Amino acid sequence: MNNLEILYRQVIMDHYKNPRNKGLLNDNGYKTIHIKNPTCGDDITVQSLVEDGIVKDVRHDGTGCSICCSSASVMSETLKGKKKEDAKKIAETYINMLTNKEYDKTVDLEEAVVYQGVQKFPARIKCASIAWKAFEGTLESE
Amino acid sequence: MDPYKLKKDFPVLSDETLIYLDTAASSLKPNQVIRKLDEYYEKYSVNVHRGVYNLSYVATEMYEESRKKVSEFINADFNEIIFTRGASSALNLVASSYGLNNLSSTDEIIVSELEHHSQVLPWQNVSNITKAKLIYVPLNKEGRITIENFKKVLNKNTKVVALNYVSNVMGYIAPIKEIIKLSHEVGAIVSVDAAQAAPHKKIDVKELNCDFLSFSGHKMLGPTGIGVLFGKRELLDNMPPIEFGGDMNDNVNLYEASWKEVPYKFETGTPGIAGAIGLGAAIDYLDNVGLDEIAKHEYELKEYTVNKLKEIDDIIIYNESAETGIISFNIDGVHPHDAVTFFDGDNICMRAGHHCAQLIIKWLKVPATLRVSYYLYNTVEDCDKFIESVKNARDFFKSVGF
Repeated sequence: MNNLEILYRQVIMDHYKNPRNKGLLNDNGYKTIHIKNPTCGDDITVQSLVEDGIVKDVRHDGTGCSICCSSASVMSETLKGKKKEDAKKIAETYINMLTNKEYDKTVDLEEAVVYQGVQKFPARIKCASIAWKAFEGTLESE
Repeated sequence: MDPYKLKKDFPVLSDETLIYLDTAASSLKPNQVIRKLDEYYEKYSVNVHRGVYNLSYVATEMYEESRKKVSEFINADFNEIIFTRGASSALNLVASSYGLNNLSSTDEIIVSELEHHSQVLPWQNVSNITKAKLIYVPLNKEGRITIENFKKVLNKNTKVVALNYVSNVMGYIAPIKEIIKLSHEVGAIVSVDAAQAAPHKKIDVKELNCDFLSFSGHKMLGPTGIGVLFGKRELLDNMPPIEFGGDMNDNVNLYEASWKEVPYKFETGTPGIAGAIGLGAAIDYLDNVGLDEIAKHEYELKEYTVNKLKEIDDIIIYNESAETGIISFNIDGVHPHDAVTFFDGDNICMRAGHHCAQLIIKWLKVPATLRVSYYLYNTVEDCDKFIESVKNARDFFKSVGF
């Protein structure tokens, strides 16, 4: 299988076709961040609900390519139920991994680790990181 | 013209596996242009219009010689050619200088959803500031600007018509000459975005009788960072500069100053000297090949490709009837950004996205499109490789579940 095939065969298609935690909630407890990539049209909104230092819920909605949309879904599953600090660490590690920076390999990225393959397609790194950046934004706006 | 022979002039194409289908974004540059840039940097890389020494005289001569070439290229007068940073800054100059100083709340500006952002946004800004009304020509069902629809929005309040000559997404040629004639009948001026026209078809500004016309160097084999604004002399004479500084002034006093004649009052600061000189070399190159030949070649490649694409299932073409070398399409169910990564894997460079023209993408009701644009260095083998890649892309994405 070539790199592209590996990338798409794995988690991406499953989450693209059957996104988890999709759809936003009209609840003031949630922090909401909207990020758009105007050059390609990716447009993602992410919500997080943090209670007692735990990320109780992560929601997402938007339009974009398969890498963008699936990564939002994978992210929501990965981060839900994590301690806020751990979620922050995972998001930071994930983005460092994508952008070929040094990252802490002891952090368990769970399913999100498959996006490591995106490294081989530098033009797509933005697609895979936009939802995660939005999530980081929701924590900052806490 | 012989594209196989011309290809050899383009160093980027020395990688024979590379298929370049993104000329509408930027063309490749031939050795003749690159050498001209080197010549400037190696032999007379000094400022223009300032030095009283011989080298500066040489640089100035070369810079102004290019202005002459540009003026002949579009049949304008020498002083009607303003060098800018690109088509975007040329279009902005018209809006900021002419628009902001001549329009008021009772006036109307006609634009269309087929415009590049660099044509529509400057006038949106003028409209917001002056309260002049921004009016959109309704597009026909193909997405074209037609005379019939243009007449529906043109009236005695129309003061500015700002439209494209060739659409960068749909590749349609607008009936711009007729539009100009009709606009003049109601006393409106016309600013033509010719960024996708100048590289591919002969333009005669006197025959068109346009008031302003803008284009970029880098889309027509020239360097980046250089563009052209043509404006009718009497209009330019009455327009204020929008940038102030060195070289554009005549007499400078403590509280007022006067400006040089056109075009120089619009060219402050050290201009893109190398770029302008390189653009001259690009014009020579295009003249040698012949624009009519180039247009015919691109259109033939486009027709060939469209006919083959139509035989492939799940391909949606948005501009089948285009008269130029641009094809906008999608693979059904596959986001263009996913598709373009596949093409990239086959070393095919093409565009996916909004193409800096969100209004037409919204009009098409799609998230984005794929775009192929041909030029003189493309061959029928490029088309075949591209078509093969489209088939493989379609099969691949279907196989993984799209």
